[in-house]
Amino acid sequence: MILLIKRLLFIVVVVGIWQLVYSSGVFPDVAFPSPSQVVEALYTGFADGEFVHALLASFKHLIIGLTLAILIGTLLGVLLGKSKQANDIAGMYLVSLQSIPSIVWVPLAILIFGFNELSVIFVVILGGTFVMALNVRTAIHSVPPTFIRAARTMGAHGMNLFFKVEVPASLPYFVSGLRLAWAFSWRALMAGELLSNGPGLGYSLRYAMDYALMETVIGIIIIIGVIGSVVDQLVFSKIEKHVMKRWGLTK
Amino acid sequence: MFLQIEAVSKSFAGDSGTDYPVFSDLDLAISENQFVALLGPSGCGKSTLLSMVAGLESISKGRIALEGNAIEAPDTDRGMVFQEGAIFPWLSVKENVMFPLKGTMSKEQASQVADRHLKMVHLSRFKTNFPHELSGGMQQRVAIARALAMDPKVLLMDEPFGALDEQTRHILHEELMKIWEETKKTIVFVTHSIQEAIKLSDRVVVMGTRPGRIIADFDIDIPRPRQRSDERVIEIEERIMSLLEVEIQKVLEEELDYDTAY
Repeated sequence: MILLIKRLLFIVVVVGIWQLVYSSGVFPDVAFPSPSQVVEALYTGFADGEFVHALLASFKHLIIGLTLAILIGTLLGVLLGKSKQANDIAGMYLVSLQSIPSIVWVPLAILIFGFNELSVIFVVILGGTFVMALNVRTAIHSVPPTFIRAARTMGAHGMNLFFKVEVPASLPYFVSGLRLAWAFSWRALMAGELLSNGPGLGYSLRYAMDYALMETVIGIIIIIGVIGSVVDQLVFSKIEKHVMKRWGLTK
Repeated sequence: MFLQIEAVSKSFAGDSGTDYPVFSDLDLAISENQFVALLGPSGCGKSTLLSMVAGLESISKGRIALEGNAIEAPDTDRGMVFQEGAIFPWLSVKENVMFPLKGTMSKEQASQVADRHLKMVHLSRFKTNFPHELSGGMQQRVAIARALAMDPKVLLMDEPFGALDEQTRHILHEELMKIWEETKKTIVFVTHSIQEAIKLSDRVVVMGTRPGRIIADFDIDIPRPRQRSDERVIEIEERIMSLLEVEIQKVLEEELDYDTAY
């Protein structure tokens, strides 16, 4: 409870400083809106349905892209985790692919798919796939050998051993992978939409910038941050904690 | 013989193509219902030998046979209890015990067998709990129940109480004795504790190191429960101790030589 009050106070202080900077007139009004202008932009944006429309479009891209990223990433990760040969040949390239910022893929996506939602989804897939694959590979590699030895003494082998022991044993890393895949896909989504022809939250942001509606720009930045942290805290962090506890990885 | 280890050798492949021998030409015959302890200092290959009986390690040379059938792979006729961390954290206590039974019997049957074995290790109260909620000693009891539930011909135990505190180990010794008297399973028990070996087993096989080999074989016919203060216990303990001291001295000297040579 006290922590909650402290956190609220912190926000009040930040907004206060923001207001002070605005009032001092260091930046021109057109480039630096006041907190109340941003609140108003947020209100009208939601009231006239523009933000809702953009959010729905963004979530559509995200859900399609992230689902495919998780599927492809998991398949790649299992392949690299199970086959030493595949990992020796292709494993190192996975890290280089992962280190490429998603926005770099946008020109390529636009040239291949054009200015449409498909190129946004393509960028989201690339954003999430490699980090998912890396985590799934780690997940497979870090299954405790004792689990596998114990299962073998109980007659488990082949597919049975994989699905009954290796898959559940690797769940903690898999869940971490999901969490990171979501985070990376969310960033990729914004990068892709920013350069797209809409609809989407990123597109709305660039549109507002083009018309010098800075209060809308900041409002959308706030929405992006809030969704990012809320989904992480309410969904992925919760799942991760639950799995870690059950698997005996935390006390 | 029930469990026959004949001229068995084991070596691991080294970095530069040279093989590191663990032991060679080892012979050991274990009869049914016997409780045999494999005792030795670390590095003598006792755990490796146990893994070979389980079928988890390949046999470099020689033959291991259970009731005349050569062992090539793990199977449910040999149950194994590991030192720690071998029960599955994503399954409840009861589901863990039911794990080896799936596919071999109906669900109700498996449930009954699991219940019976959980009762045997006094864990009936905890069957819906998950491993992370149990103490180390309780987890090992789950592992014992799980290995016994599939009714193996032989129970292999690899330092099963090595990671437990003294009191818990003492309690589990008593439980294991009761279980053994009830089931009369053949047990091969790997340990580096002389007292544990003498307290529990019918027969203590002492292994030496560099190279790994059997240096002595004691029949322990002292009636159970055995007291540490019993003269006969102390006598055997001292004899084994003097045998092992030579072995440990050998290891130490080698290590010291290595230090002075390089």
